[in-house]
Amino acid sequence: MKQSLIACHTCDLLHRVIPLPEKSTARCIRCGTLLYSHTPRSIERTLASALTGLVMIIIANVYPFLSLQSQGTILETNLITGAVILSEQSMAGLALLVLLTSMLLPCTLLAALVYVLWPLKCGYCLPARRRMFRLALALRPWSMTEVFLLGILVSVIKLAKLATIIPGAALFAFLVLVFALAAVNTFVNPHTIWEKIDRCQ
Amino acid sequence: MPMTTSTERQRTAAHAGLLSCHSCSMVIRPRLPQDDGAVRCPRCGARLHLRKPHSIHRTWALVIAAIIFYFPANLLPITVTTYLGSAQRDTIVSGVLYFMHSGSWGIALIIFVASIVVPIAKLAILCGLLLSVQRQSHWRLKERSQLYRIIEIVGRWSMLDVFVVTVMVALVRLGYLSTIEAGPGVIYFAAVVVITMIAAMTFDPRLMWDALEADDE
Repeated sequence: MKQSLIACHTCDLLHRVIPLPEKSTARCIRCGTLLYSHTPRSIERTLASALTGLVMIIIANVYPFLSLQSQGTILETNLITGAVILSEQSMAGLALLVLLTSMLLPCTLLAALVYVLWPLKCGYCLPARRRMFRLALALRPWSMTEVFLLGILVSVIKLAKLATIIPGAALFAFLVLVFALAAVNTFVNPHTIWEKIDRCQ
Repeated sequence: MPMTTSTERQRTAAHAGLLSCHSCSMVIRPRLPQDDGAVRCPRCGARLHLRKPHSIHRTWALVIAAIIFYFPANLLPITVTTYLGSAQRDTIVSGVLYFMHSGSWGIALIIFVASIVVPIAKLAILCGLLLSVQRQSHWRLKERSQLYRIIEIVGRWSMLDVFVVTVMVALVRLGYLSTIEAGPGVIYFAAVVVITMIAAMTFDPRLMWDALEADDE
């Protein structure tokens, strides 16, 4: 059988893949880049986090997000209100970018992970699972919910002196979504998942 | 706890006639191209390249584009606040100054780092890395690799100001308060962030280490 090899993504040095003790990581001996890691129950934990995230995306879109109370009037906004207003101000491209990075791409990422991991856990194979997993991995840098959350914090501090800001249920759902995506990034282990996908014929 | 694995006689994949898939890290002995002229990974279907194609040229082009866009991003207003008929135009720098004057030093620092330090540092570091590859430099390869990994990770946080503008325009509209409209600066700033993120992705750090290989032969 051919020896299993891995090449460092940063410096291309070849390493032999050896089984790792629990919760440890393998790093390149030349440049220190993470090669692969051992994550116990990676598939189950990633799947659970991804499902949580998907439910939270639904809640975050149904309920009010932030309300602004000023001189007796209340202005209610949804998660996508900002993008809608931007497109009304003839900034459709920017609106699309915000919508993609704060909601559509995280949603696609989580849905693709569920599509790949749920069948894998149950032991049957779906078509296009390789393409879907590749998509999910490629989308990771473009899902920016945590940056959006920081943006909300900064805006609220900016406005706090002028008006009362009332957080809605969607804001809390969005907060959980940020944690769910962070959990996905921690638990997902491309190395073992690709091996599982390979074995599933 | 980090652990190192045994190496295959300290060779690079390229030196051993192998290439590794960008997408799924599978190490493959390259075969003939398929119908569409591309070699594809047997496991994940991604196009295979020994090194990212035209990495240096593409990254230079993107870095220069980002530097050009960086000027309108900072000179043009990112928000226009209308209050009782008078309009106030705010740029990225004036937003930072506003928080400094109102005493919110923490917030001012966060915005300063995300909107000003990170984009400039990222562009400067990418220029430095590109020049070092073109000069086949052996200087501090490990530290340069770490710099590359850092700019790859922190770049996305520059989107902060774009999101702040989005939330502000959603919350402040035609009330008694005032109206906030997004200014043209924010478009250029978003372009800078996206372009520098793509530039970091097109740069291939293995080109830095190839200088060692070229020396051995």
